[in-house]
Amino acid sequence: MIGDTLSQVGTLLATHSIYWLFIILMMTGFYIVVSRGNLIKKIIGLNLFQTSVFLFYISIGKVTGGTPPILPMKLKVDDFSVYSNPLPHVLILTAIVVGVATTALGLSLIIRIRESYGTIEESDLLEINRKIFSRENVQDLQQGDLFKDE
Amino acid sequence: MQSNSGRKKIESIIILALFIFLVISAIGVLWVKHLFAAAMFSGIFSFLSALLFVMLDAVDVAFTEAAVGAGVSTILVLGTIVLTTERAKEWKASDNLRPLLLVILTGAILIYGSLDMPEFGSISAPAQTHVGLTYLESTPKDIGIPNVVTAVLASYRGFDTLGETAVVFTAGVGVLMLLGGFIRTRSRRDRG
Repeated sequence: MIGDTLSQVGTLLATHSIYWLFIILMMTGFYIVVSRGNLIKKIIGLNLFQTSVFLFYISIGKVTGGTPPILPMKLKVDDFSVYSNPLPHVLILTAIVVGVATTALGLSLIIRIRESYGTIEESDLLEINRKIFSRENVQDLQQGDLFKDE
Repeated sequence: MQSNSGRKKIESIIILALFIFLVISAIGVLWVKHLFAAAMFSGIFSFLSALLFVMLDAVDVAFTEAAVGAGVSTILVLGTIVLTTERAKEWKASDNLRPLLLVILTGAILIYGSLDMPEFGSISAPAQTHVGLTYLESTPKDIGIPNVVTAVLASYRGFDTLGETAVVFTAGVGVLMLLGGFIRTRSRRDRG
């Protein structure tokens, strides 16, 4: 019984371990996003996560013993050569460019946050926000217009 | 047959070595407090993943990743560091536990999900038996260029690329509006 399970795990290790390597990389990027409070670090972590997902996706299109999907110059596809799947490559090319565009947008948001709040640390931002909102509430209560609309 | 299995062994050794370097650079990003060093580590990560893309037969993706992922992204991060701050605040060690549990849980679920996937490099996997093969066969007749990836990108799925251009344009307009490119030039003109 245990021997069966072990041999099963061994087979899986031979055939699926490359997916697990990419999942470990993804999780490293994810850990940077959720555990570090600095916004620039969060964006860099998101980039690492993204690149690992790309690697995972490309690994689906790989064929053992295959070559890159570039045909010989005479455009003659002979039946003996094996090519890897070109479709994941195309999709990931698009995704890389879109990823840089969203990174640029995120980074410019960080610059605006720094201009308005003077910090790019998550904990400081939460603290400032709490202060602003509590002060507004106090002022509203003092002026008695908290329920003005009703 | 002998040379084929030898080649496969060498390929897995190279992939494993690149993976170890990738993990080291990711941990570098995690660990350093200087954001400049973090940006450099993320550049190294991108270049290493470009090498890994070559190992996975995706040469077009590899040089896009090297140019756009490692080049442009790193420059954007460096620009942001210049405009904001170059040191991250110290973090408390007690903040590390809950994210670690979350990450281990997510990773375990993903690995459990990957057990149903076809084996790596299998030629009979669903991904290999449908439209990808058609593109490989019909590109010489339809488009007449050697690079199948370019043929699919610019012709068969040209509308996808048009959509991508729309997304990049939208992001560019968004960055300009956020950083006040329009407003600043207009107010300067009004004053002058």
